[in-house]
Amino acid sequence: MVAILEVKKVSKSYRQLDGESTLAIDEISFRVEKGEFVSLVGPSGCGKTTLLMCIAGLNPPSTGGLVVKDVEVHGPPSNLVLVFQEFNKSLFAWRSILGNVLFGLEAREKRSQDAQGEARRLIKLVGLEGFERHYPWELSGGMQQRVAIARALAYGPEILLMDEPFGSVDALTRLELEDTLLKIWEDLGTTILLVTHDIEEAIYLSDRIYVVSRRPSRILQTIDVDLSRPRHQITTRADAKFMELRNEIYRQISQ
Amino acid sequence: MKWNRESKLNGLVVLMAAAGIWESVSRLGLMNPLFFPPMSKILSMFFYLISSGEILYQVLVSLKRAAAGYFLAALLFIPLGVAMGIFQWLHRSLEIIIETLRPIPPPVVVPVAMLFFGLGDGMKIFVIFISCAWPILLNTFDGVRSIDRVLVYTARTFGLSHGRSIIKVILPAASPQIMTGLRISLGITLILVVISEMVGSSDGIGYFILDSQRRLKVTQMYAGMLTLALLGYALNQIFFLFHSRALAWHEGLMKRNR
Ligand SMILES: Nc1ncnc2c1ncn2[C@@H]1O[C@H](COP(=O)(O)OP(=O)(O)O)[C@@H](O)[C@H]1O
Ligand SMILES: [Mg+2]
Repeated sequence: MVAILEVKKVSKSYRQLDGESTLAIDEISFRVEKGEFVSLVGPSGCGKTTLLMCIAGLNPPSTGGLVVKDVEVHGPPSNLVLVFQEFNKSLFAWRSILGNVLFGLEAREKRSQDAQGEARRLIKLVGLEGFERHYPWELSGGMQQRVAIARALAYGPEILLMDEPFGSVDALTRLELEDTLLKIWEDLGTTILLVTHDIEEAIYLSDRIYVVSRRPSRILQTIDVDLSRPRHQITTRADAKFMELRNEIYRQISQ
Repeated sequence: MKWNRESKLNGLVVLMAAAGIWESVSRLGLMNPLFFPPMSKILSMFFYLISSGEILYQVLVSLKRAAAGYFLAALLFIPLGVAMGIFQWLHRSLEIIIETLRPIPPPVVVPVAMLFFGLGDGMKIFVIFISCAWPILLNTFDGVRSIDRVLVYTARTFGLSHGRSIIKVILPAASPQIMTGLRISLGITLILVVISEMVGSSDGIGYFILDSQRRLKVTQMYAGMLTLALLGYALNQIFFLFHSRALAWHEGLMKRNR
């Protein structure tokens, strides 16, 4: 298989105000293959956001290297988009939902014949049909996250990075959004790397899971999720294998 | 909507009442009618000056100067404010100059400008330009600096170049504060075009008012003041209209957050 993303011994330390430096990430290495759905699971504050910022070329690692599609990462790679943890702050309050999604197409700079049509199609895909003329701040958190996803998809990335995308929405919305994301992934074949502190979410969504330790974070274990697809909120979660995986990951993280 | 119309109606009534009191005070001789002519005379003078074209001419002369100074300031100081908001070093190196110059009251610029530009249009335009500088510059800077980091990162992860992220993300995100600077400057512009015309000019509405006073054409002086009041009102309304169109999103966002 071809790795579309390679993280090679990436470390990142932050300088604190008192001049000391703390190690947030400690020589993390892993790879993601084309078309895969991979999750990183780790406790809050372990450096998940830091790592995604490194991969997205927004924050250079202290040591180590990153390769996206055989190209070393120095600055934001053109075939990758990061959906931020604070998606509500990331949306453009001055643009309508349609305008926000159109931004993804404008950013790509490939002049599309029917940008409006394409944007509308994506809005429908994430389940926001009828809200094209609304503004982000008129929508609920879950709907805002859908906009953020549609905008990212409009850019047409080969890799989608997602930082705890469903961390701040209610439990029911969360399940809906998980299924929307899986549907999109199956429809578009985009490679997805998602980070979360929710073990069950990671299992439900992923082909493979990297379990990340507390700070300074290292990869504790790689877990292949051999649950059948398409997944289903009730049956998949009731599967004995699902329980087993959950218990194993939980044991790893809480050590 | 209803409230709005009602309050406008109330305002009109108060305005009429004030005009009525003015009229009586003058007619009853409570104040020297030579310096305080009745409102009816002022109004008829006003309409006479409009029909003769005199007022329109003076207003246009002033407006041209005001627009030149105002738009020049916007053209220079919005980009400078954006640059200061983006580049820390630029802000740090300009901060001291700005903080030292800013407390100088704008009319003080007039004598300096006269040295360099004489009494022509250049002097007035320069005075307005300098006086508009601070509100535009500092509000733009503040607006850009307070943009959430996530927005800037968003522009970058979507591969926007620096230039495009300024146009597509930074300027719109800072636009409410840029507008605040422009609105404050609009008031300042009106004040300074009049002051500079009073100090050294042979036309413009400011000159017209002062000249009328010197020749003891008091009614004409008041008509000039009335013109200025209407002009200020009209400019504010135009700005308000533009503002509520361009920044409807911000109004909504603010209401939502309240
Ligand atoms: N800009 C920064 N400066 C200093 N320390 C930081 C910075 N960003 C994150 N950290 C620290 O690095 C650690 C990892 O943070 P983060 O990547 O946000 O974790 P996570 O996303 O897993 O919750 C935390 O302890 C945090 O305090
Ligand atoms: Mg985080």
